[in-house]
Amino acid sequence: MIFNWFKKKQKLEDFPDFWQNYAKSFEEKPPEDISEVRFVVFDTETTGFDFEQDRILSIGAIAVKNKRIEIKDNFEIYLDQEKFNPETVKIHGIIQNEKFDKLSEIEALKKFLEYIQNSVLVAHHARFDVKMVNNALARHGLPKLKNKVLDTAILYKSTRIATNLIDRDKVYSLDEIAEVYNIDLTDRHTAAGDAYITAIIFMKLLSRLKNTNSYLIKKIKNRK
Amino acid sequence: MTNTIAARIADFLGDYPPFSLLEKKELYRIAQEVRVIYFEQGKSIFSKGEKVHDHFYIVHKGAVDLQKVNDNEEPETIDKCDEGDVFGLRPLFAKENYQINAITDEESVIYAIPLNEFKPFAVSNSQVGNFLMESFASNTRNPYATEHRGKLFSEDDEISFKKEALFDLQPIPMVKKMVTVSPETSIQQAATLMSERRVGSVIVVEEEKPVGIVTDLDFREFIGTGKLPIDCPVNKIMNSPVICYSKGITIAQAQLTMMKHNINHICITKDGTPNTKVKGIVSEHDLMVSQGNNPSVLMKAINRARSTKKLKKIRSKILFLLQGYIKSNIPLTHISNIIFELNDATIKRTIKRCLGKMETPPPVNFAWMSLGSQGRKEQLLHTDQDNALVFEDVPEDELEEIRAYFLKLATKVTKRLNIMGYEFCPAEMMARNPKYCLSLSEWKDQFSKWVTTSGNDEILLCQIFFDFDISYGDSKLTNSLSDHVFDILKDNKNFLNRLAAQALRNPSPLGFFRQFLVEEDGEKKDLFDIKKRGIMPLTDAGRLLILEHRVKNISNTAERFEKLAQLEPNNKELYQACAYSSKVLIKFRTKQGLKYKDSGRFINLEDLSKEDKVKLKRCFKTIKEIQELIKLRFEVTYYL
Repeated sequence: MIFNWFKKKQKLEDFPDFWQNYAKSFEEKPPEDISEVRFVVFDTETTGFDFEQDRILSIGAIAVKNKRIEIKDNFEIYLDQEKFNPETVKIHGIIQNEKFDKLSEIEALKKFLEYIQNSVLVAHHARFDVKMVNNALARHGLPKLKNKVLDTAILYKSTRIATNLIDRDKVYSLDEIAEVYNIDLTDRHTAAGDAYITAIIFMKLLSRLKNTNSYLIKKIKNRK
Repeated sequence: MTNTIAARIADFLGDYPPFSLLEKKELYRIAQEVRVIYFEQGKSIFSKGEKVHDHFYIVHKGAVDLQKVNDNEEPETIDKCDEGDVFGLRPLFAKENYQINAITDEESVIYAIPLNEFKPFAVSNSQVGNFLMESFASNTRNPYATEHRGKLFSEDDEISFKKEALFDLQPIPMVKKMVTVSPETSIQQAATLMSERRVGSVIVVEEEKPVGIVTDLDFREFIGTGKLPIDCPVNKIMNSPVICYSKGITIAQAQLTMMKHNINHICITKDGTPNTKVKGIVSEHDLMVSQGNNPSVLMKAINRARSTKKLKKIRSKILFLLQGYIKSNIPLTHISNIIFELNDATIKRTIKRCLGKMETPPPVNFAWMSLGSQGRKEQLLHTDQDNALVFEDVPEDELEEIRAYFLKLATKVTKRLNIMGYEFCPAEMMARNPKYCLSLSEWKDQFSKWVTTSGNDEILLCQIFFDFDISYGDSKLTNSLSDHVFDILKDNKNFLNRLAAQALRNPSPLGFFRQFLVEEDGEKKDLFDIKKRGIMPLTDAGRLLILEHRVKNISNTAERFEKLAQLEPNNKELYQACAYSSKVLIKFRTKQGLKYKDSGRFINLEDLSKEDKVKLKRCFKTIKEIQELIKLRFEVTYYL
């Protein structure tokens, strides 16, 4: 145990400054009141669904605090990747040599960590996006994300009524939920556009979840 | 760095004045500074006396009520903002505190525009400045100043909200062309005079003071039926006393008076009492054609509506109407009927429009059924949509293709109803669900199966689906379905017993010490659930008993009990009390819902006056008695 502890400690100092700063932000005690929690709702566009082979092409994110979004406080980057998959271009529309300002993967990760700090991450089917980011981190010899994560797909499911008359195991897509909540679907399949739609859905979910405050606090505290 | 979201917000702003007057680049700059705020229904954005914010607001999604507040009075809605309307402009012009309330009328997403970003444009661009001045004026000034707004906001809105907010302030149109007769005039003479002058009523006067009124109706009642001869004096058939008002009576007041007294004419006298000179007469018909806010005009607007957005606007006017009716204590039966008809017309219109959007006309006849509260004509506030679809029997090999057509139609219809404010049914009981979009024989099989299996889920389904009402389409289909229900229930004592047990699952809501039973845990702790503990037990009891008597085509709970009172004279009093209680409880819920802009289902007991509590307790006593009756009549012990 002691050995491990030393090893860990040593390691943190070996990491680049931006990771150390990111890691330090978690020493702060998380707020008790949900209205003070900063949520970062994010989405990634990737070259595909293979966690090993595929790469992140863009990350879009927006911060939600106290059911408010400051448009200024948003995050939108495009990544320069060797890997290219013409199949997914028709979904996200990002072609390889587009004239966006593109960042290298490590530069993008650095910016992303600076942006999210110790916020609670929110995404639709969050497992996918989180793993994509974690795998990218691993490629650069960095540990996994330390943030708590909420999944809007799972939150939505828990707002559904408890009855045998509906299929309670159904997995809901972003489009289906957006339809139920009357949210426009423009900018679908851009990372930032999807992040914004997810953020609106997330705010609506917050008001629908029973006993929002305690429910979420519990959820945020228990999950890694 | 690109900012897709800011661009998106700039696009939205660009569609509405005053932002439409700005350059794209300017918009984008403003958009980057916007704050997006989410509000639940009924939440305050700002209120009177509050220090002004650093922002003004534009509605992105949802609707916001602007309310004028006077001391010790209920807030009065003076304007309603929906998508693209700006409000909260005071800080642009003055440093003083807000003078009005802004409160969300439904769940809303609001964009807050920072003043320091925007003010330069208001100063440098006179069009922008003028527009804001006008909007500010129409938001806050009393609604007499109506001309401004209509022009700036919409081209086609002949039923804009402003006019409607005015409706109770306009004086009535008075008809001077009235006919008066003396009490001794014969009925025949009076009738001759009326047809000569082509009027529907005549006022009976003595020394120019009104003593009675005779309308077309009275001739039918007394002469047509042969009760009285035509040479009788007119005072034998006149209605007396005459309901009189002075010239200043407003349209709303006149309308409400007519509904309250169930009359069609009001007499206008010099000082508003029957003791002064008759000045004129107002008929219901005159009122109707004179102004925009009444059910018949709304009905026309519904049937002419060409977009979902328009229908949504009309629906918000329906709620406004409802509020007026409730406030004025109009009998609930009247209110229910009117609101039901308007809801029904909205649904019909929506289906009609969606049929127009399908590539082909329907392959076979079908019927759209409304279930639950709309089916029972008890839906006053916006509640969930519950519906189902039945189509004619078709050959097996065409079945799935035809079902696909109706599912597509139903998807369109339910989506639009959702936009209008009828939320999707959380249990997916909607015609777009393949389980509830069936051919006639499939439905019959389905009902038979539910009745014979009778697990708890099946009983629940029966309770929902047995209260159906046709909203659109071929009534032969729905009639055949009702017949089938009675066929399968015949001699099925077992099923009725189960239904009875189910009807007793929520016992009378009064505790041992006659205190209210409130929710014990969860989010609604200490609130009283009027639906579960009050309305549902009565609805369930009414349905059960009416099924037992095999009465078809009455689905309204109060009407069911009134029918039962006729069928079982020995229980007449109890049934009448049930009918009364059903109306009282629905009215309570509606009032509560209007007040808090929610479903009205949960009541805070501290909100209730002593009188309300007594009234509610009386209703609960009735529930207890009807449940006793059910317990005795059906063999429920086995299932309880």
